Amino acid sequence: KSSVQTIGEEQIQNPYTELLVLKGHQDIVRFLVQIDDCRFASAGDDGIVFLWNAQTGEKLFELHGHTHKITAIAPFSSSDVSEEKTHLIITASADRTVIVWDCTSGRQVQKVSCFHSTVKCLTVLQRLDVWLSGGSDLCVWNRKLDLLCKTSHLTDAGISALVELPKNCVAAAVGKELIIFRLSASNNGSEGWNVLEVKRLVDHQDNILSLVSVNDLTFATGSHVGELIVWDALDWTKQASECNFWDSSVHPDVQPEIKLSQSPNETSVQHLASDEECVFAAVGKGIYVYNLQMKRVIACQRTAHDSSVLHIEKLPNRQLISCSEDGSVRIWELREKQQLPAEPVPTGFFNMWGFGRANKQANQAAKKMQENTPMYFLELVGDLIGHSSAVQMFLYFGELGLATCSADHLIILWKDGERESSLRSLTLFQKLAHNGDLQLKL
Amino acid sequence: MISAPDVVAFTREEELEDDLYREPPLPEEYSVPLFPFAGQGANPWAKVAGSKFTRDFILISEFSEQVGPQPLLTIPDDAKVSGTFDLNYFSLRIMSVDYQASFVGHPPGSAYPKLNFVEDSKVVLGDSKEGAFAYVHHLTLYDLEARGFVRPFCMAYISADEHKIMQQFQELSTEFSKASECLKTGNRKAFANELEKKLKDLDYTRTVLHNETEVQKKANDKGYYTTQAIEKANELASVEKLIIEHQDLLRQIRSYPYRKLKESEFHPYEPECALDRADPGCDQHPAPSDPAEPGETHLYTHIPSYTPKLIKAKSAKCFDKKLKTLEELCDVYFFTQTLDQLHHIERTFRGDVCYLLTEQISRALLKQQSVTNFLFEDVSFLDEKPPEKQYRGCQGLDQDAMDGKCLEESLTPKVVISLGSYKSSVECVPIKMEQEMEDSEEPKMSESVTSEPQENLDYLDADIKGSISSGESIEVLGTEKSGSGLTKSESQASLPVIPSPQAGRSKVGSRRTVSEDSIEVLSTCPSESLIPEDFKASYPSAINEEPYVDNDDERGLRFAPRLSAGVADEQDDISKQESLVQVDAACCIGKESPNFLELLPYELDSRYLSGSREVSKSSLDECSDSTSYISSAASTCSDRTPSPAHPACQATERHRKRAGQNALRFIRQYPFAHPAIYSLLSGRTLVVLGEDEAMVKKLVTALSIFVPNCGVYAKPVKHWVTSPLHLVDFQKWKLIGLQRTVSPAGVNVLHALSRYSRYLSILDADSKTLRCPLYKGTVVARLADHRTQIKRGSTYYMHVQSILTQLCSKAFLFTFCHHLHLPISEREPEESVVNRRMNFLKLQLGLANEDVKIVQYLAELLKLHYIQEPGQGGNPLLRFDYVPSFLYKI
Repeated sequence: KSSVQTIGEEQIQNPYTELLVLKGHQDIVRFLVQIDDCRFASAGDDGIVFLWNAQTGEKLFELHGHTHKITAIAPFSSSDVSEEKTHLIITASADRTVIVWDCTSGRQVQKVSCFHSTVKCLTVLQRLDVWLSGGSDLCVWNRKLDLLCKTSHLTDAGISALVELPKNCVAAAVGKELIIFRLSASNNGSEGWNVLEVKRLVDHQDNILSLVSVNDLTFATGSHVGELIVWDALDWTKQASECNFWDSSVHPDVQPEIKLSQSPNETSVQHLASDEECVFAAVGKGIYVYNLQMKRVIACQRTAHDSSVLHIEKLPNRQLISCSEDGSVRIWELREKQQLPAEPVPTGFFNMWGFGRANKQANQAAKKMQENTPMYFLELVGDLIGHSSAVQMFLYFGELGLATCSADHLIILWKDGERESSLRSLTLFQKLAHNGDLQLKL
Repeated sequence: MISAPDVVAFTREEELEDDLYREPPLPEEYSVPLFPFAGQGANPWAKVAGSKFTRDFILISEFSEQVGPQPLLTIPDDAKVSGTFDLNYFSLRIMSVDYQASFVGHPPGSAYPKLNFVEDSKVVLGDSKEGAFAYVHHLTLYDLEARGFVRPFCMAYISADEHKIMQQFQELSTEFSKASECLKTGNRKAFANELEKKLKDLDYTRTVLHNETEVQKKANDKGYYTTQAIEKANELASVEKLIIEHQDLLRQIRSYPYRKLKESEFHPYEPECALDRADPGCDQHPAPSDPAEPGETHLYTHIPSYTPKLIKAKSAKCFDKKLKTLEELCDVYFFTQTLDQLHHIERTFRGDVCYLLTEQISRALLKQQSVTNFLFEDVSFLDEKPPEKQYRGCQGLDQDAMDGKCLEESLTPKVVISLGSYKSSVECVPIKMEQEMEDSEEPKMSESVTSEPQENLDYLDADIKGSISSGESIEVLGTEKSGSGLTKSESQASLPVIPSPQAGRSKVGSRRTVSEDSIEVLSTCPSESLIPEDFKASYPSAINEEPYVDNDDERGLRFAPRLSAGVADEQDDISKQESLVQVDAACCIGKESPNFLELLPYELDSRYLSGSREVSKSSLDECSDSTSYISSAASTCSDRTPSPAHPACQATERHRKRAGQNALRFIRQYPFAHPAIYSLLSGRTLVVLGEDEAMVKKLVTALSIFVPNCGVYAKPVKHWVTSPLHLVDFQKWKLIGLQRTVSPAGVNVLHALSRYSRYLSILDADSKTLRCPLYKGTVVARLADHRTQIKRGSTYYMHVQSILTQLCSKAFLFTFCHHLHLPISEREPEESVVNRRMNFLKLQLGLANEDVKIVQYLAELLKLHYIQEPGQGGNPLLRFDYVPSFLYKI
């Protein structure tokens, strides 16, 4: 029997009661990226980029240009106030090219194919109006796709993740190392930039898989063996680290056999998300909420899904969405537990770290702390079943709904049925009025 | 659906009685004699006494210049059909009333023979002795060898039911016109070919003659012409003349006004395909260089060359030669096309007239429900143009423009529009009245005329509408005892109320000279003459109809109050009320929600409420008059088994019967039929799982009648699937038959089912279980009562359709009530709109529990359908609820 919590068919809080299946891709869809309020792009292993209308599900453009699978995608909107806002997207592919597309016309703006290795990540520094490509080296480009500067060859494995830091710095995850680069204006030219390696951080034991900027002062990294490190964004020192927090040995309420079954795969930090207060980590099959102030995990779902969680996102309404290789998307709500500490905590489906059943062996100090701090738990409020294969990623569009992409080549737009229904009514009456069929009776 | 006999039979009975009381009693000779065998329990649908044929048929006759009138063929081509009926005699009768003015020959003042492109004439003819009534369509075909180049033909639709002919006149006329047009097109083509051949012959003859003359000239040195030479010269001159004449004829036939064809929506052929399909054996000629219609000329390209023959000076005596057959007169292709069309006509009008009428009414009503009809009806056949529209031939114009146009044309809009906007004139020529009869009926007749002229107008109008087409004059003639009728002139004078250009002309004499179509109702039986009983039938509807006539141009979905049109007189109001009540009764809403009318802020579409089509109007009342017949017809399966008025849906008709039968069996067998049907109606995909394909398919067929359509395309039903289902399938299909296997693939199938179980209801045909959400509503209980008395599949199908139609109208009201979906004022909170919406559904529409979901789902479909831009497929979306399912067992 699976220990995964199930919710059943009655999901009152689940607003998504309507769906649209967007077909077009012929292979795994790995990336979804938002372009503006109502458009998004999808890309995947078939090398095609699709632009979609998030409201209607209409396919806007089909962008062909890459011959291999797409490895990275980033939106690049012009910050120029004077001219009309143009929306560009940059895509990198295993064919060692990077293409810039115009989202309005659906045309290829420019193509760069001078890379020695596959570009694995792209980052746009909006402030400087440049973008960075990370492969075996780090390149800095301007809008016109002029190569401004590049680093020397770093590793063959290449940069797996990039994140922008304050003071013109970027953090690049290269294998186990985290390298901080600084961009500085070169002395000889106005357009020139230099990129300098400032620091190498070697605190991780294994490959860094995820990298997220929390706020202006902090960023966080997660590694394959489940280390979560919170860094100071200004002086690049380790603020806090949480190692082995997935480890059942520190959780007295977890049965040993679960511990034995854990493999490195199930402890890797697949994805990190954050808001101002917390870092949300997708670790193996579970999701964890790490509070930066308290410097500890405040809530978790050890087995949130049947298999690895691939993507996690925090919604504004204290909800959390996770998607997994098992093909499902789950909606969680972070709730404060209104309970007296003296009462025995029902275990139920929730395996709350530190809040499990009152354990005699639990140390007193920790217990004391628990009494003073609010207690949280993650409650499953809904799940979305639609994909037949791993859900790679999702994109939250607020009122417009949720787009999920999957290895089954499909993108599904999940929508609030009530809202859609009333929108359709509105459209209907607008059309009636437009056709002149509607006249108010006095 | 509307035609469900159970419903119709009991709705209008009281009204019928009232009408009978109000109506001034008709004089004895006008009333229809009671059915003589009524007392013996015989039904009036039994074979009409006196008729010598078993069912309606089509007869083609020719007035042969050699042998006189002769029957050529009948459709169906079966000796049993015409039975002992004397086709020769009847041919004589129908051919003797051909009035068309078809001069061919030398009109005074013209040097050459002139072809006259005469219109066909359409006549209704009766023969009480034979018990036969016929719609007769005369046409002339050109034949170079015939006298005056013309061969008169006629096509007749012969039925034992006079009423049917009168009622269906318009439709018959339209359909026969198509057939005739097809024949004539082929004939023109063949005639042109013949002329060309003849011209070649003549040309060749001329050359030969010329040579001979030259030879003679040379041989002759005597200085004077021999008689032989003179003869030859004369012969040559006559050949020259013939050539000119024939060339002129060719020019004339080519200059046939083709725009006529273009105007009409019926194109008997496509030139390209005509070429391809034309019989290669039929010899044709390359077009000569003289200018001809481009559309016509390329019909005559690349054709084997023709070897000209010498034409003898004296042509053979006309009795020596064999006249061309009809098939030879027309191109083979066109001949077969015509036969197809005639077969089509025969199928279309097969069956009892009341069946045809009901079918037409429901089609007309269905057409008006343009917003909702796609949900449960097969609307594909509605796309086909109805006959009356075809006749008008306004192809590119939209409805409004068309009506507008017709409005301009009509001299007396009120009357004429209700006819379907046909310019018409009525002449009543009551010739054969017996003196004593006149004495008794005359005062009453004139009384009814003078006291209520308005009604009388409609009274007439109602009759004409079934039997007249544009540009035609109707003439009601009594032929056999003609001569008297002077006393009738009084009432006659008051009858032609409709001013018409033709109204003033003299009755008999001028008629024959007018080339316009004329309709003559010839009746030989005094008791059934003059005013057919359908006058009476449509009489009650006179008041009701009138306002609709005013609003006839208000087609399309329109919420505009008709009051604002400035014709807000009392009558209008009354009729509106009436029509609303009528609809209410049909929708079963009215009584349950008395304040429903006030609640509606918008006037509903006039199309939706009332018949604006003449077909529905004219025949609605008759239908209600004869409801008892209909129900009896449904129960007694007479030899005149009704067949669908539309042959295109004959297959679906059979399918319906079968589906209805299967559905009946399903609701009797399965106690959990209700939740299963609820699933379908609320848009939750139902999977029928089973090992046996036949059984699963049968269940799917049975349940398919409950599946609402998502668009105008095929029903979202998949009868048999063997592969695992996917989410996309639930978007496409709402009812799926799924194979259960024990193989590993079968495991995947079941796995997919359990994975997507939240979107599905699963009916296990093998273990007879159903897994689906709970249903506690009332609609489905009415829809599928397992104790129902209905026995026949088609009846049950109609029952289902009528209940589904009620649901549709509820969904329509719900969808198109503005304030149920949008706030009345800007500050109104969303919650109050939601409350109002739920109140409407529950209190106004009287929906209980889960029934709300059904209407909401239908409403979503309506919205989607309405807002969808034409041409754009639109993404199919899947709506679902997070509701728990339950397992039902037998």
